[in-house]
Amino acid sequence: MATAPPAVETVELRKSYGGVVVLDGLTLRVARGSVHALLGPNGAGKTTTVRILATLTAPDGGAARVDGHDVVRDRRRVRRSISLAGQHAALDDAQTGRENLEMMARLAGLTRSAARRRAAELLERFDLVAPAGRRVATYSGGMRRRLDLAASLVGEPSVIFLDEPTTGLDPRSRQGLWEVVGELAGAGVTVLLTTQYLEEADRLADRIAVLHGGGLAAEGTPSELKRRFGAHRLELTMHDTTSFADAAVRLGDRVTHRDPVRLELAVTTDGSGTQVRDLLDEADPDRRGIARFTVRGATLDDVFLTLTSRPMAAGRREVAGV
Amino acid sequence: MSELTARPADALVMVGRCVRLSRRNVDALLTSLLLPVILMLLFVYLFGGAIDTGSAYVTYVVPGVLLLCAGFGAASTAVSVTTDLATGVIERFRTMDVGGTAILAGHVVASVVRNAVATVLVLAVAVAIGFRPAVDPPRWLAAAGVLLLFLLAVSWLSAAFGLLARTPEAANGFTFLAMFLPYPSSAFVPVETMPTWLRGFADHQPVTPVIETLRALLLDTPAGSAPAHAVAWCLGILVISMVVAAVLFRRRIA
Repeated sequence: MATAPPAVETVELRKSYGGVVVLDGLTLRVARGSVHALLGPNGAGKTTTVRILATLTAPDGGAARVDGHDVVRDRRRVRRSISLAGQHAALDDAQTGRENLEMMARLAGLTRSAARRRAAELLERFDLVAPAGRRVATYSGGMRRRLDLAASLVGEPSVIFLDEPTTGLDPRSRQGLWEVVGELAGAGVTVLLTTQYLEEADRLADRIAVLHGGGLAAEGTPSELKRRFGAHRLELTMHDTTSFADAAVRLGDRVTHRDPVRLELAVTTDGSGTQVRDLLDEADPDRRGIARFTVRGATLDDVFLTLTSRPMAAGRREVAGV
Repeated sequence: MSELTARPADALVMVGRCVRLSRRNVDALLTSLLLPVILMLLFVYLFGGAIDTGSAYVTYVVPGVLLLCAGFGAASTAVSVTTDLATGVIERFRTMDVGGTAILAGHVVASVVRNAVATVLVLAVAVAIGFRPAVDPPRWLAAAGVLLLFLLAVSWLSAAFGLLARTPEAANGFTFLAMFLPYPSSAFVPVETMPTWLRGFADHQPVTPVIETLRALLLDTPAGSAPAHAVAWCLGILVISMVVAAVLFRRRIA
């Protein structure tokens, strides 16, 4: 029996716009039912990737499949299982919230009465019952984004692409949207979202793909990435060369920085008390070797910046090293 | 090809959408309804006295005004198509596998509906100020048919212009072209009164045979070859515009 194909799969995807390379051989797999975040700065190729997967743009090279269907050759099939919600709410300003949803539901193939029921259900679920009869032009940013997301769910897609779903939203609306994404994932929908915010990726995603320069700079679960690229750095200054050597052996390849002259060692940590205490105990079980220690707070954003500011070749090596 | 094949149900939903959107665009709606009426009053009462057409000027000018109104109203399709492309809503339609034909057909049919309403209004005012068409319902139906065909042709042509324009302002330029074309025709003054070089153009441009056909049908006068020319022009414009629009749509979304 053949195993089910991944929800989303790209192989060596390439795309240039007017000589500018946007995607330079991106290979990515998104497991069925997972939430996957594409993280990267502006111009990293996030939106282009999503547009190719959503059948809106054809790739120059490589292949992309959704639910096992090729996004170019089997465009129709792909369109039956996907939906796209973006940073620019794709709605008619002059129609009411309810009219927009009913229209989308009819286009998704529902009968008039089924469309009406589906719209009512989604309005309820997205807390839009009160403004349902108002024109979208009068909606706040958060309301529009919720309606846009509701509109993308009329056809009950199995894969949903969210292109920067919370860009420009206030913290409360962002929170609300995160909850909805959580519910979607809970219902078994595969979610591929792009974001510039590490916090968002960390909060929502099962796996994060960091895009840089049109390729994959790093990929893994949020905790893997944090472990690898470290949110914090524990810096130890040892008493003497013996304790320095012992600690270096005990910490092994977790050591990211060593300076035998100044007797300094550094390891990455999540900064939590438990982990720092454990690391100290491990490096120095007799509690005699460490002269001083410092926990240097680096935010996840710093990690992201480090990862996406180095030249591409170095970024690529990071993947190879996994 | 799948971008362009329309499922009939999608096209119907798109028509409903565009009709609703036009109904809510109050400014544009008022302009497209009132401007033709004002133009007619202007021609009849301001210029009409000075123009000798051999009959009551109102009788002569009404078919021309109907056409001016149709051209102008249909031209606004260009603006609505460009505006639509500027928002993200077309992309959502595409990810839902709604074809370009359905999307454009929505705009075109809404334009035809809008202009049919404007035409009825103009006719009502025309009758109120003394226009007396021949009482012959089959001919009225034929006239309505020719007018609808003309509306359809100009609306598709306009949709093609809308796909070509990058901004709604640019698309609006097409309105001027459509509004200008009825002037050097038999719409407001008999072609014989024009200088020879202009006559050549006026006689052989699409608006003149359509107007002559409407005149013949509404006033029960001999039509000659005008109806054949009118239908040929309209069908020609319609087919070419549809093909060009299909090509432009595909290029625009790539």
